[in-house]
Amino acid sequence: MNTLLHNLPKEIFVAIAFIALVLVNVSDALSTTNDQGYEIAARADRSDRGFGDSTVELQMILRNAAGQEATRTLWLNTLEIVDEHVGDKSMIVFDTPADIEGTALLSHAKILDPDDQWLYLPALKRVKRISSVNKSGPFVGSEFAFEDFTALELNKYDYQYLGEETCGDLVCDVIERVPRYEHSGYTRQVSWVDQDVYQVRQVEFYDRRNALLKTLNLEDYRAYDDGYWRAHRLAMVNHRTGKSTDLVYQDYVFGNGLTDRDFVKGVLKRQR
Amino acid sequence: MQAKIKKLETDILFTVFVLFGLTVSASLQAAENWNISGSVGGESRVFPNSPQYPAQLSGVQNTLLLNPELRYRSPNGRNLVRFAPNVRIDSRDSDRSLVDITELVWTWAGSSWETATGINKVFWGVTESRHLVDIINQTDAAEDIDSEEKLGQAMFNLTTQQEWGRVSAFMLAGFRERAFPGREGRLRTPLPVDTDHAEYESGAEENHVDVALRYSHYLGDWDIGGSVFRGTGREPRLQVNDTGTVLIPIYDQITQLGADLQYTREAWLWKFEGIARTGQGDTFAATVAGFEYTLYQLQQTSMDLGLLVEYLYDGRTDAAPVTIYDNDVFTGARLALNDIQNTSMLMGVVVDLKDQSTVFSIEAERRIGNSWKVELESRWFINVATKNPLQSLKDDDYLTLRVRRHF
Repeated sequence: MNTLLHNLPKEIFVAIAFIALVLVNVSDALSTTNDQGYEIAARADRSDRGFGDSTVELQMILRNAAGQEATRTLWLNTLEIVDEHVGDKSMIVFDTPADIEGTALLSHAKILDPDDQWLYLPALKRVKRISSVNKSGPFVGSEFAFEDFTALELNKYDYQYLGEETCGDLVCDVIERVPRYEHSGYTRQVSWVDQDVYQVRQVEFYDRRNALLKTLNLEDYRAYDDGYWRAHRLAMVNHRTGKSTDLVYQDYVFGNGLTDRDFVKGVLKRQR
Repeated sequence: MQAKIKKLETDILFTVFVLFGLTVSASLQAAENWNISGSVGGESRVFPNSPQYPAQLSGVQNTLLLNPELRYRSPNGRNLVRFAPNVRIDSRDSDRSLVDITELVWTWAGSSWETATGINKVFWGVTESRHLVDIINQTDAAEDIDSEEKLGQAMFNLTTQQEWGRVSAFMLAGFRERAFPGREGRLRTPLPVDTDHAEYESGAEENHVDVALRYSHYLGDWDIGGSVFRGTGREPRLQVNDTGTVLIPIYDQITQLGADLQYTREAWLWKFEGIARTGQGDTFAATVAGFEYTLYQLQQTSMDLGLLVEYLYDGRTDAAPVTIYDNDVFTGARLALNDIQNTSMLMGVVVDLKDQSTVFSIEAERRIGNSWKVELESRWFINVATKNPLQSLKDDDYLTLRVRRHF
């Protein structure tokens, strides 16, 4: 043993020591950027804690590549669920176009499992439990997937800090997030979170081939009473098809006194 | 043959329309509580084959469709009054014309209790090919043979929503007889049904008060429901009259237990419905069970394709009303383009396993512009065995074009 060590040149020891030192520092740096990414996302998530419930009317403007427009109006009711292992409950009720008036979608969001979802069809007065495994698919023909505009759940993703960038008048932290749940249509997303009020300003969506598929801009942020920020314009552009969809929100109303009983399948038929 | 547009019904309807019109204009300051919507449209049904029975129409059958809906919601949101008549004016078969108050109902919702009083429409069930447990509303069998159109049902309904589930009790009054096509109509029984001379097992006839109870809940991926109904069965037995000219509908008193179940996992929906009924011959059971599997975003497009398979069984004896779903398999495909115009298509085949009688159906729909909807429906009766109840429909292949303007 001693003879073996003696025969190795000093340089090898130095090289091994150096490599070990680098590896330790790199993995340290990696976990630091992971932690940092998670921390920034958690800070953004925390800024929204305690909002309770909200209702808002919004307009969905769909544009095809030729610039033709179609509009939908819908209501979105949200109930914050404090249990960390499940997501929020939400109900979407369509108002226009007239032929889908009263159509409603109830969702009990989950973190890593598919959401529990029920669809109400007014013509037959029928409630159907539907599969929600396709969370990234187009929502009512728009460029938004259901998960793109409903509540962002912190623990659905793994985070990685990428750096700092200016975003408009603000400075943003750039975070990459990789979905932890199965069946996501995205390999990863990159989000810009401002350092001022910790709100997401822009998100890039990368498809299964890791090509940039869509970009979402969140604009017209307004703070409500207790410091809850809400964007009032969400603009999604699909780079592959040239189509885009805007979501334009009216004023949010908080503190409606909504409870779990307002988010059961039995109430779907009396939303309109 | 009884014309469905009775003078009394039209008078009532006219009065209600006027009353509502007055109330609406009088409360314009509370306009946000009122809502008028609905649709107006027409359909054209074409039968390429010659009719099987004398007096049946041939060629094209046009229908005017009026479906307005008026709603009032109280300021506190707890009360909702809904008025939704269903008016159909058929150009060839007066028995297919209809003025039905499908909904004229006041619903009240508390924090864990709800009531519904008036004429209402209620749907129960999870399967696609046959809605076995759906018993509350009477079927409008004059409109189409798929039992999807319903007539209004007067009721008092009390429901409670708890953490352990939802329990709903129904008191049903004013029994509705099933609507059937007239002598001139296609898609009918060999002899026309004489709806003016229906017979009842119960002495109270259509005034018999029926009762129903339903429990429903969901547990994780399972949606469950159980129901019990006691009263006048909605399905009549059709019996030839003494002179052999018409069929007389006979409504029996029945007790029916129903169960419906759906298991939702990933892209699979597993569905089951079952009933057990007494009061029409020997107690019998019937079931529909199957699945729906969806392929999302086919070939990188936004289209979804759903594949459906259901097995249908019915163990009833000859003492019960006739059904075609005694031992059949349904296979279907549902294509949704997920485009701005909500284009979708449903194709289905029902095959009788014993005699291979086949019904092939196809439905397609699309929104045009912002307010118009176009629907295409077609049904073909293929390889119909002589003993199969579909025999009387075998030459009634049809194609329907329906256009509606929604507002």
